[in-house]
Amino acid sequence: MEFLAEIRGVTKSYGRTVAVNNMNLMIPRGKIIGLLGPNGSGKSTLIKMMNGLLTPTAGSITINGFAPGIQTKARVAYLPEKTYLQDGMRVCDIVDYFCDFYEDFNRNTAFTMLQSLGISFEARLKTLSKGTKEKVQLILVMSRNADLYILDEPIAGVDPAARDYILKTIISNYSENASILLSTHLISDIENILDEVIFIREGQVLSHLPVDQIREQYGRSIDSYFREVFAC
Amino acid sequence: MAWILNADKPIYTQLVEIIQTQIISGRYKAGDRLPSVRELAAEASVNPNTMQKAFAELERNGLIVTQRTSGRTVTEDIELINQTQAHLAEECIKNFFQMMKELGYSEKEILNLIEKTAKEGE
Repeated sequence: MEFLAEIRGVTKSYGRTVAVNNMNLMIPRGKIIGLLGPNGSGKSTLIKMMNGLLTPTAGSITINGFAPGIQTKARVAYLPEKTYLQDGMRVCDIVDYFCDFYEDFNRNTAFTMLQSLGISFEARLKTLSKGTKEKVQLILVMSRNADLYILDEPIAGVDPAARDYILKTIISNYSENASILLSTHLISDIENILDEVIFIREGQVLSHLPVDQIREQYGRSIDSYFREVFAC
Repeated sequence: MAWILNADKPIYTQLVEIIQTQIISGRYKAGDRLPSVRELAAEASVNPNTMQKAFAELERNGLIVTQRTSGRTVTEDIELINQTQAHLAEECIKNFFQMMKELGYSEKEILNLIEKTAKEGE
């Protein structure tokens, strides 16, 4: 299997609204890939389909050769845009919970990261700030030894210093054959760690290129290229 | 030297320049062992693949040597390091002259200004 994930002719419509329109996309192994597009371009719909939370209206998605389901969930670490954790749980309970749930979860990695960010193991989720909650969730996801990490807006609510730490964590934690697909609007913060970038618009792939090729070809950053391509 | 990267230019070419400077300035001396790709990538906050690409480029021009047993080291060819230094200095001066000419200075005026600034610095 050459590609980690294959998206072929995928369409998703909600009634008359077409969120993803006959999309084709190949996700290689061992890359950090940015999924960029304006609001409502279909990023989250695509991500939800890859995680089996939505079913495509047409077309097929495979990850490691399997359609989204039990086999793929064991190998995909997913950070959703909204939390699904119980507010009353303590941080250490959630770590135990993940440990029970995912075979590839590494408890030591999680505790080390929580400690570096000064997050108390005993604290209940509801007592944490919005940004700290986001950090906890990202730490849980990155503590898995998955093949594919899908991160939907991973750093939006996090302060710049913690952002740097999280990015370094992402870089040093993923294994060479794993890939990270991350959607974000904070392009300038993350563009130095990307290998490739996928621009999507109106439910279709506009371009899928290595980031250094964009810099070489257009002499500009991904952030400024994005602003030009999607200028309103 | 800090890893200050300009997002307008390919990252790997900037990494090559920074590592070259670190070798020339003696942060990594001839024959020194270099940190791993991962370590340097984390230090610079860049993708390990990009750092790998920069290393490959430095290997191609000979500044970095891959040893089968001891990882990557800086070349022991002092002559090559000196040549790289001379080459980078030349580039710096060319850029400087070009910028000064754009500001409307003649070559002679530039030289006078350099001399004056150097004297003030003493």
